[in-house]
Amino acid sequence: MSSAAPGGTTEQGRSEFGVALFLAALGVLVIVMAVLIPESRIARGPVGPATVPIVVGGLMVVVAGFLALDVLRGGRGEPEGGEDVELTGRSDWRTVLLLAAAFVANAVLIEPLGWPFSGAILFWGAAFALGSRHAVRDAVIALGLSFGTWYLFALGLGVVLPVGILRGIL
Amino acid sequence: MDAFTELIGGFGTALTPTNLLYAFIGVLLGTAIGVLPGIGPAMTVALLLPLTRGLDVTGALIMFAGIYYGGMYGGSTTSILLNTPGESASVVTAIEGNKMAKAGRAAQALATAAIGSFVAGTIATLLLAVLAPTVADLAVEVSPADFFAIMVLAFIAVTSVLGSSRIRGLAALCIGLTIGLVGIDITSGQQRLTFGIGELADGIDVVVVAVGLFAVGEALWTAAHLRRKPIDVIPVGNPRMSRSDFRRSWKPWLRGTAIGFPFGAIPAGGAEIPTFLSYVTEKRLSQHPEEFGKGAIEGVAGPEATNNASAAGGLVPMLTLGIPTTATAAVMLAAIQSYGIEPGPQLFDKEPELVWGLIASLFVGNTVLLLLNLPMAPLWAKLLRIPRPYLYAGILFFSSLGAYAANANTFDLFLLLAIGALGFMMRRYGIPVLPAIIGVILGPYAEKELRRALQLSNGDVGGLFEPISIVVYVIVGLILLWPLVRRFMPRKVVPGVLEEATHEIEEAHSPHGLTDSVSVSGTARARQGFDGAHDSDSSGL
Repeated sequence: MSSAAPGGTTEQGRSEFGVALFLAALGVLVIVMAVLIPESRIARGPVGPATVPIVVGGLMVVVAGFLALDVLRGGRGEPEGGEDVELTGRSDWRTVLLLAAAFVANAVLIEPLGWPFSGAILFWGAAFALGSRHAVRDAVIALGLSFGTWYLFALGLGVVLPVGILRGIL
Repeated sequence: MDAFTELIGGFGTALTPTNLLYAFIGVLLGTAIGVLPGIGPAMTVALLLPLTRGLDVTGALIMFAGIYYGGMYGGSTTSILLNTPGESASVVTAIEGNKMAKAGRAAQALATAAIGSFVAGTIATLLLAVLAPTVADLAVEVSPADFFAIMVLAFIAVTSVLGSSRIRGLAALCIGLTIGLVGIDITSGQQRLTFGIGELADGIDVVVVAVGLFAVGEALWTAAHLRRKPIDVIPVGNPRMSRSDFRRSWKPWLRGTAIGFPFGAIPAGGAEIPTFLSYVTEKRLSQHPEEFGKGAIEGVAGPEATNNASAAGGLVPMLTLGIPTTATAAVMLAAIQSYGIEPGPQLFDKEPELVWGLIASLFVGNTVLLLLNLPMAPLWAKLLRIPRPYLYAGILFFSSLGAYAANANTFDLFLLLAIGALGFMMRRYGIPVLPAIIGVILGPYAEKELRRALQLSNGDVGGLFEPISIVVYVIVGLILLWPLVRRFMPRKVVPGVLEEATHEIEEAHSPHGLTDSVSVSGTARARQGFDGAHDSDSSGL
């Protein structure tokens, strides 16, 4: 999709058409899905469930058109700055993908392995992705955080996070 | 006087030992998280939402009041010590605040910000307590058609007044409205945009959207462009102010309150325009105009007071109409809704204990903030040095925790990542996040009011145009047509002093090579804000 473009502003123009395309496609999808909503027997009032989605989808298509026009006329979205953001270089896709991998690992493992371990894997993996190379120190912090939050939620807030393999131990 | 009796009752709720403890924890955590670089007040509230899951409504809201004020103060600490405003409302504070810090007066800048926030917050909360019941009484009379019109105004204002590109603001709004459409339609029971996925039938949890767009999106975006150089943080001692600092600060505090509250209270508010106006006012009235641009204390005192006053003002439309005007208020609204409570005109009648407890705890939170932050400022400054890998790993860790704890469902974690990717794309292409979040939260309500209005008029579209709504639509039209209207206005309508100040902000911000991108966007926003200021003048708001 559109976000596959490099971070520099030089090549941004072409990829920004991708954003317009994405919006237009999303708008069409919203309209199509709305039209496909079956007739309801319990619907009340003159406005059915499809009206607002059709309007929103239509608006989205129009906005996509204007955005494309704006890009054509040289308008560029301004990448967001920030305290730790340096916009001069290209996007560091390796870091982003590693982060996403750590994130997905937690999502997949949280139920079988339990939050105390999956959360620690997420933290450790994310710290590694972002350039931390203190493997042992990171692991201690990660486990401290995940066990600490598990106990905080279970004892303090009454929200039980998955225990996974530690069932009966925690 | 009725409001005062109610308020005293509210203090009865807020001052119980347990609730006082919640307020204290809220302020402490809010400041600690809010002070971290890259985390603005809205993200602070979103990240800390899960912590209130186990509490009853009153306790949760009281803790939120603390988090809200703590998060905002944390943000100004960051902008003063790092010159990198975490959110647009503290752009102006950073101008003089960071200059003061560089000149070795960081302690005074932090002190005037803290005391100014306290003064403004206290007065503005008092105004809120007096005004809100009246507004709620008036709002009961407001018809569904008028409500719909006011929400349209909120949508348009948030897309047009803020940010540098209207079309991108509208794009963000559309994305938000679409996310808000997902789930079962309440009136017909039909599934919309669920693609047959059972988890989507209940709609997408607002917590997941907020955490995804703010926290995960921000972490991924920053990771792609992480600055690998260490950041220099200005060390700070205990905040204190001399007699002359006080003499120069107290008027800006009061003026800031007067400017901030009304701007926050109108449903098209936000803190950018009023903080900017306050800066300009202080510069003009100052006895030391030559110090502006070199670290004038008035330039910190005024905008900081304005910021806090407009935050309290923003609670008026949020509590009485259910319409949030800032990202932080939007997240708080979502939190209130998650308890099955709908803010709106009836709130004051239905849940008086809750509302007045909340308002009273705003006073408490404000006081705790002052007591806590003056002595703890050096500690907060140390938090700015947290290693970046831990900071962003921590954001992802707590985001996942919050999203999972909301519904105990792994599907939400994948959804969180998808929305985080969306947030990444939006940051990459300058599509603002705020309109999207407002769209997600207000969209379903706007639809409900629209349908109720048309039901009342038997499907006649003319039923949407009632006296109040016509006025509101005229304002909407003016905002939309402003670029055209401005072209035909005589030049001199723009006061010179505003031009000059815009120029100065530009100058003040650009020499720092370190944060070039921030300064550019800051100026763009400030300029935009200054357009908007005229806008509201001309439309008689």
